[in-house]
Amino acid sequence: MSDENLPDRPDPAAVAGQERLSEQIARTGMFGTETTGDTSGYGGLRVRRAPVPSSPRPYGSYFDEVADRLADGMEREGPGFDEAIERVIVDRDELTLHVRRDHLAGVAKVLRDEPSLAFELCLGVSGVHYPWEAGRELHAVYALLSITHNRRLRLEVSAPDEDPHVPSLVSIYPTCDWHERETWDFFGLIFDGHPALTRIQMPDDWKGHPGRKDYPLGGIPVEYRGAHVPPPENRRAYQ
Amino acid sequence: MTAETEGRVYNVAGQDWDEVVAAADEATEAGEERIVVNMGPQHPSTHGVLRLILTLEGETVIELRPVIGYLHTGIEKNMEFRTWTQGVTFCTRADYLAPLFNETAYCMGVERLLGVEAEIPPRANVLRVLMMELNRIGSHLTAIGTMGLELGATTVFIYGMREREKVLDLLELITGLRMNHAYVRPGGVSQDLPAGALERLREFLGIMPGLLGEIRALFDAQPVYFRRTKNVAYLDLAGCMALGVTGPILRATGLPWDLRKSQPYCGYETYEFTVPTQDTSDAYGRYIVRMDEMDQSLKIIEQCVDRLAAKRPARDPVMIADAKIGWPAQLAVGADGLGNSPAHIAKIMGQSMEALIHHFKLVTEGFRVPAGQVYAAVESPRGELGAHVVSDGGTRPFRVHLRDPSFTNLQSASAMAEGGLLADVIAAVASIDPVMGGVDR
Amino acid sequence: MGLEEKLPSGILLTTVEKVAGYARKSSVWPATFGLACCAIELMATGGPRHDLARFGMERASNTPRQADLMIVAGRVSQKMAPVLRQIYDQMADPKWVISMGVCASSGGMFNNYAIVQGVDHIVPVDIYLPGCPPRPEMLLDSIVKLHDKIQNMKLGANREAEIEELEQARLRRLPLAVSVGGHDFARDRPQPQAALPEPAPPQPWPFLARPAEAEHAPQAQHAPPGQNAPPAQQAPPDRPAGPEPEPGSHE
Repeated sequence: MSDENLPDRPDPAAVAGQERLSEQIARTGMFGTETTGDTSGYGGLRVRRAPVPSSPRPYGSYFDEVADRLADGMEREGPGFDEAIERVIVDRDELTLHVRRDHLAGVAKVLRDEPSLAFELCLGVSGVHYPWEAGRELHAVYALLSITHNRRLRLEVSAPDEDPHVPSLVSIYPTCDWHERETWDFFGLIFDGHPALTRIQMPDDWKGHPGRKDYPLGGIPVEYRGAHVPPPENRRAYQ
Repeated sequence: MTAETEGRVYNVAGQDWDEVVAAADEATEAGEERIVVNMGPQHPSTHGVLRLILTLEGETVIELRPVIGYLHTGIEKNMEFRTWTQGVTFCTRADYLAPLFNETAYCMGVERLLGVEAEIPPRANVLRVLMMELNRIGSHLTAIGTMGLELGATTVFIYGMREREKVLDLLELITGLRMNHAYVRPGGVSQDLPAGALERLREFLGIMPGLLGEIRALFDAQPVYFRRTKNVAYLDLAGCMALGVTGPILRATGLPWDLRKSQPYCGYETYEFTVPTQDTSDAYGRYIVRMDEMDQSLKIIEQCVDRLAAKRPARDPVMIADAKIGWPAQLAVGADGLGNSPAHIAKIMGQSMEALIHHFKLVTEGFRVPAGQVYAAVESPRGELGAHVVSDGGTRPFRVHLRDPSFTNLQSASAMAEGGLLADVIAAVASIDPVMGGVDR
Repeated sequence: MGLEEKLPSGILLTTVEKVAGYARKSSVWPATFGLACCAIELMATGGPRHDLARFGMERASNTPRQADLMIVAGRVSQKMAPVLRQIYDQMADPKWVISMGVCASSGGMFNNYAIVQGVDHIVPVDIYLPGCPPRPEMLLDSIVKLHDKIQNMKLGANREAEIEELEQARLRRLPLAVSVGGHDFARDRPQPQAALPEPAPPQPWPFLARPAEAEHAPQAQHAPPGQNAPPAQQAPPDRPAGPEPEPGSHE
């Protein structure tokens, strides 16, 4: 991970967070307390983070049609479906397409312009930071809506921390303008081709990207009548 | 974006105020008189802490750049450090004029991740609809009141506040708070209707149409209001689609897109109401859409009240039956205010070990939500309010992103106001009705 | 400020203080700094039911140059903080600040990187008003308390004497309670120079005491239950402008 996003002084909370999140094991023990107060006897349990499988066909509902029309469109316009789409996930009645970042603009154009797909409305970009997924830490999630067909779709792109670049969709969906600026502001994802990628929520000269998992919450301890309440990220937590 | 065929493009990209002013000076030397005006974050007419940087040529707006972030609170990051139920109290303060919508969108997301959408009790859904429609009326009243205030029509502000007090009375009676209620929780709602609420609701339904008629009588055919809002802040359907605009702005272009009808949630498909539209795509059209939506909300509230007053089955809870998820509170008003009823406390402490354990685990640790991500959307007074909720299998949200309608709609302020007069900027921003808490979160 | 500041202490100064106080409190013009949810409750206070016009305060001065009172209503983000200070600086003396809501008073529920943990980090505050958001009645209560403060504000030589007295009192003051099993702040206090009366012995927390002793525990330790609409807290002012509560007591 690059150091640009870290604050100037090494923050113990950030260091602890980094250590905790970089290990493969999600949590140990049934109740997950870190102190020795665990009397459960289940301390030997280790929960590993689940891998991300791809859903098998048929996907169900309108998802098959969307995937087929997209495949047709991708064959015509540029690289095929399998090259552009890494993975298709159907979970909880929602369709998520993991797109390889180089082909994001092509996929979005097909989704918007193809009459049988007609995803006119992009509802914005949301960034997510998965620190333990080496090589794919930063995700950008686009929610798309088709008013014509009353359908929803999710596109997900990933980029590594060392090379946090994703093509910008402003030329296809102009609404992504501010959403991409916000994702850059909070996660450090650089959208190539954005007309003015600057901070939008934080002050212009802020250092660091607050949405990342290694950026501390930044709370201060609260003193009240002699008691000392630590900030939320330092409190004992039942995970 | 689009190719510039004439003039220079100046991008206000932060910390380059001098460049912008220098560029405007150059234009002045070239014969065009341009000034750069800052309508700063503290301003009576910018609907909150919004900063507008205007480049004016005389009275005409050449460029409009909104600058936001003056109310950024880090709500989304804060929610990552609290349990799923505690997250409700944070997300409720994002769009603070429609808190129940934030809560419902977030709770719908959590329930979809849990897979318990079908197990939400029907009474809880009716209560959610009732509260949301009450909130919609309150929010639209504030929108129209502040719109009038910003345009100089201060009487409408007083009317709006007066009506809104009635809505807030009802919200306070049912949830305990006037704003930022934390009433909708994952699994249902926190408490049932108190005694007397149905009578108060019927009274409210009786007097509101007349009061809304007063506002209409003041504004609908007012010539000064026409001059300020007719054909002002025009944004047609293509513009709305490109800019991702939803809500009354989209419905004022003629498209009857409303999530309550198209992708119903919380049982909206069982209610009778219409989706009001206009086809003028201007500020006046948006005002009419909001007034009509309030009438429709009253209709829905009436249907809710009828359902709530109907004969209740033997078991009619307002929180999900699954004791490992449902918030373990049975609230009652005692001598010292609202709190857990003594009978409920006796049951937890004295009678049921299971209830005690559930209470302890739910309050300290919270429930675990299986890993995955969802996007749940509701139709808030300003447009589509969505919650993108990501879980890693733990007791705390991994990431919650609120897709706030005001954030997206405010982008269209430039498209609406550039080329118009300075006074139209105010009308444009007021007709967008942004709530800066939602914009900045 | 004016002639009234130059008057020598005496009966003339006290009369002028009373008149000036009355005049100032009767025509406070708020520069409403409405930021977030509290701003909506502030607007509701200006509405017909809870009427700010009863004080003559409905004329909110949008320009800080003509404003007397800044009601900071809502959470102050890091980006907004310089703007807040600039508006405060643009106000002319005499000016007062009410920090409305817990976010303005202390950062509220948002203990994080983005929110200033209390506007008293930036501007001196006269009245702290808790609540999330505070009801309009609570805001009216805080305004009434502020009016008391304004009415009793001293001028000129009296004020300098009062500032000196408050400074000495604050140097002698100990924290409200000694902590239990945690940090003992009383030990950290620098020892003041003058001879002081012996401070009261530290009181144990009531719930740690045996039941027979619990009734003797001082009320100061234990807020009565059911106080769900606490009155506005009066802050010890940085620029003293009112009577100071004696050390050890609490509101």
